[in-house]
Amino acid sequence: MNNARKNEIKDNAFKVFALVCTSVGLIVLGLLLYNIISVGLTRINWDFITNLPSRRPGKAGIYTALLGMIWVVTLTLIISFPIGIGAGVYLEEYGKKNPFAKFIEINIANLAGVPSIIYGILGLELFGRLLALGNSILAASLTLSLLVLPIVIVATREAVKAVPGSLREASYGLGATRWQTISRIVLPASFGSILTGLILAVSRAVGETAPLIVVGALVYVPFAPKTPMDQFTVLPIQIFNWTSRPQSGFVVNAAAAIIILLMFVFILNGFAVFLRNRHNRRVKY
Amino acid sequence: MRKIFLLLTAAAFLTSCGGGQKANKNAEQPTGVVKIDGSSTVYPISEAVAEEFREHQPDVNVTVGESGTGGGFKKFSRNEIDISDASRPITAEEIDACTQAGVSFIELPIAFDGLAVVVSKQNTFIDHLTVAELKKLWEPAAQGTIKTWDQIRPSFPKEPVKLYGAGTASGTYDYFTEAICGKKGASRGDYTASEDDNVLVKGVSQDKGGLAYFGLAYYEQNQDKLKLIPIDGGSGPVAPSQETVGNGTYQPLSRPIFIYINGKSIERKEVAEFAKFYTEKAGTLAKEIGYVPLNDDEYKLIQERLAKKVTGTVFVKGKSTVGTKMSDLLKIEEGK
Repeated sequence: MNNARKNEIKDNAFKVFALVCTSVGLIVLGLLLYNIISVGLTRINWDFITNLPSRRPGKAGIYTALLGMIWVVTLTLIISFPIGIGAGVYLEEYGKKNPFAKFIEINIANLAGVPSIIYGILGLELFGRLLALGNSILAASLTLSLLVLPIVIVATREAVKAVPGSLREASYGLGATRWQTISRIVLPASFGSILTGLILAVSRAVGETAPLIVVGALVYVPFAPKTPMDQFTVLPIQIFNWTSRPQSGFVVNAAAAIIILLMFVFILNGFAVFLRNRHNRRVKY
Repeated sequence: MRKIFLLLTAAAFLTSCGGGQKANKNAEQPTGVVKIDGSSTVYPISEAVAEEFREHQPDVNVTVGESGTGGGFKKFSRNEIDISDASRPITAEEIDACTQAGVSFIELPIAFDGLAVVVSKQNTFIDHLTVAELKKLWEPAAQGTIKTWDQIRPSFPKEPVKLYGAGTASGTYDYFTEAICGKKGASRGDYTASEDDNVLVKGVSQDKGGLAYFGLAYYEQNQDKLKLIPIDGGSGPVAPSQETVGNGTYQPLSRPIFIYINGKSIERKEVAEFAKFYTEKAGTLAKEIGYVPLNDDEYKLIQERLAKKVTGTVFVKGKSTVGTKMSDLLKIEEGK
């Protein structure tokens, strides 16, 4: 067997290996989706979405949990988006490259790996008790914002870093100030990648349960939240509660709620992908 | 970027517009929020009562959380909630925390929860177990040494023992270990633990040598897969049922569950109304959900207790609830 033949075999072997790796994830996802959809799909109807929680599985709905989740996610976006981008731009464009900056950089990356329940405890003490926000939507959103900020910051930095230096130099060469360069050249050019980071961040926030429970999210909430100071519950908590109930009807409800949750994440991601694609078409360098 | 901000603000604004404030038709009707938190075991009853109360008083919003009995009492002693759900009586430390914060409480037992000991349908050899045998099976010393069923009773086959039980954070774990092994938290560690009882049901139902304990409601919903084991607490084997748990003959694995009402909150009309409603409906709703109601006389005593706003606990500091009969306790209180 000559060398060329050996290399060809290795080449093919790796191709098969990569294919197997890809299919493991896909098969698991497929099984999960099949399992959930086969159990829960028939349970989804308009009543399920608009009914209040109930002890009777057939009458129970996810209205308040769904609205609570939309509130929490929207506020989290509003809070973390400007702060995350601001911090990312500062670190990349203004911050000096010294050991201290390096230290901050490593810490931010580490923060992304801190268990979410730790953020919950921090949020409870800081926002819930110290700032006296109680177990309100605002306290929960601030907590989730802390949780997703490292993701947004890291994504922003990477995106800003990827903008070619020649673009900046061209801008400075025309006499633009730093702010003009950042706001008109750097941010528009990197916006697509920043959005990708935001997608990841929001997807994480949507599925979080532990920090919200610590902050004091409830389970049975019979009213739709009207202000950021209202008490709330979110879909993952309702799902968790239903899966641990003895009556089998609740398991069907949980599956149906999971489908709605997946659709919510899907729509959110789709929206971000749409924005990103539209944006990338306009920016060319 | 400006567009995105606009979109987000618009979304927040739109969601906030949903559902206008309902006009309060009658000034006599109570309004406001009643906040409940605590045990996940008591949660289904509180949820059911809150749901029924909504039809009765639509302008009162009752919210229920489930941060566990301990978590509930923590919030309770901070005046953050009106009612605390508890699957065990308040402890001495928790009473101290309440006293320090100036929180008084009204303790109301509302139902019984029976712990069922079950095996798989395929298990034909176990007809009953004594408390001593359960202790031998579950005590810390059994870890690594009790491996087959013939070590528990010589007439049992040499089938490997596989155990399923509550996770260490749950009140069920505290209660079971105290009732069987004599000390709270004393348990062997080499068993399959889960906070989710449905996981235990799945595991034990497919395991010939398996044994599990969990709330009676989970047995009742899965009778086709599980075999209930009668327990001999000293006066012959008794299987848990609505009847034997309710009249106290199923011992020692039936426990009372409670609500604790903040002594200040009860002065608010909506809390007072809700608490009264709770004691009136707890029996029927507990049964519907799979718990065991107290008897009518006991509910009467509890309603009197509420009407008189008797504060404090009937459980002497640190005393356990293992082997208590509710009516005895309430009567002691009456004679005071």
